[in-house]
Amino acid sequence: MTKSLKALGHELTESEKQLKLLTQAGLTPFHQKLDDSGLFPLQPTQMDIFQINVGKMCNQVCKHCHVDAGPDRKEIMTRETMSLCLEAIQKSGAHTVDLTGGAPEMNPDFRWFVEELSLLGKKIIVRCNLTIIVANKKYHDLPEFFKKHQIEVVSSLPYFSAVKTDSQRGEGVFERSIRALKMLNEVGYGVANSGLILNLVYNPSGAFLPPSQEELELEFKRKLKDRYDIVFNQLFAITNLPVSRYLHYLVNSGNYEGYMEKLVEAYNPMAAANVMCRNTISVSWDGYLYDCDFNQMLDLKVACKSTHLSDFNNEDLLNRNIIINQHCYGCTAGAGSSCGGTTA
Amino acid sequence: MKTYYDPEDLKKFGKISEFQPELGKKFFDYYGHVFKEGALTAREKALIAVAVAHAVQCPYCIDAYTVDCMEKGCDEEQIMESVHVAAAIRGGASLVHGVQMMNKYKELSM
Ligand code: SF4
Ligand code: SF4
Repeated sequence: MTKSLKALGHELTESEKQLKLLTQAGLTPFHQKLDDSGLFPLQPTQMDIFQINVGKMCNQVCKHCHVDAGPDRKEIMTRETMSLCLEAIQKSGAHTVDLTGGAPEMNPDFRWFVEELSLLGKKIIVRCNLTIIVANKKYHDLPEFFKKHQIEVVSSLPYFSAVKTDSQRGEGVFERSIRALKMLNEVGYGVANSGLILNLVYNPSGAFLPPSQEELELEFKRKLKDRYDIVFNQLFAITNLPVSRYLHYLVNSGNYEGYMEKLVEAYNPMAAANVMCRNTISVSWDGYLYDCDFNQMLDLKVACKSTHLSDFNNEDLLNRNIIINQHCYGCTAGAGSSCGGTTA
Repeated sequence: MKTYYDPEDLKKFGKISEFQPELGKKFFDYYGHVFKEGALTAREKALIAVAVAHAVQCPYCIDAYTVDCMEKGCDEEQIMESVHVAAAIRGGASLVHGVQMMNKYKELSM
């Protein structure tokens, strides 16, 4: 895959088509499961994390990407919208700002934004795809830049081997990721007592559920240390949600029904109580507000008056009902899944 | 029924209790316990299970434990190595009987 579904003009870029597919599968409606667990309607508990998608442009075109990101995507957050974010963050009382994309570093105002965010004294997370660091000379100093602003780096590495990593993220991605990890380690990221946090994200390279996070973390730590002398802090094991390119993969490979059945069977009420939309708000490149990054990609804006940064109202947002649909089963399967790993 | 093995039947495994509930229940309780984390990890047990599945050549078990191995974080190399363990033991088990053959051969030869 070298182009986004959007560039290919694929029908699954339309959110209505995706939602239709998700609801047509004839499975127990997600709201019914939530109701049985005493969680419907689903509401926020607090506003801890402000997750900002600064654009859909990316140097990679991963097969599972729920953003449908890629080099051909031009949607990018402007400095003006970033300023609105800064105001809203202060109003929200969130303690963490989580920057995602695309490759957030490709936004021309990325560094300016991080510098402004630093002044707010919030914890900053950057979801760095690793290969961006070695993609071009102008990105080679990113590890130093991250260090300067004490940013927590969260990076995807689906496996400690090239075959599984490249089959999901593209030819040569594993080798470049290893190079980037070494650069991060060199400035202190992931190194014990450095205070510089480097967390890795595992997600399955196919139509199956993730393993136990703790066990896999041990295995990753052993293998990355032995084979490449690489260290990191924590491993987050996350589940792929049936949205956008991953949904496309499921349908195309004939795995859609089986995967959805598996997610429904693995529903865990404990994980449902801790889904990330309960303490996170998600902002799109153009400043609209969503319950999470997945709802953002499905065009499901928050169900309250405050749908855009320009009319950000914390109380209104905290009192909303979260919009749920069948894709939410991906957050509640097994040990649960969120941008910070398992939830149950 | 058109084939001896139907992938859909794997999901019906639990139904064997219909014809003998008591033994069925005992079996599934036992089965569940066997695969729990113990002195061996659940992951190690999944790799043993996939190897045994190949030794007993059960298509249901091969499907089920390939998925289980993947969901326990094993990659294709690790799963294939466990299949080779099964193959080595099976092949070795045939060959070691060659000693018996040789014994008999020698016994009857001048
Ligand atoms: S998964 Fe991340 S790195 Fe891959 S295409 Fe999507 S945004 Fe880019
Ligand atoms: S997909 Fe989004 S809205 Fe649904 S449960 Fe997960 S985080 Fe919440």
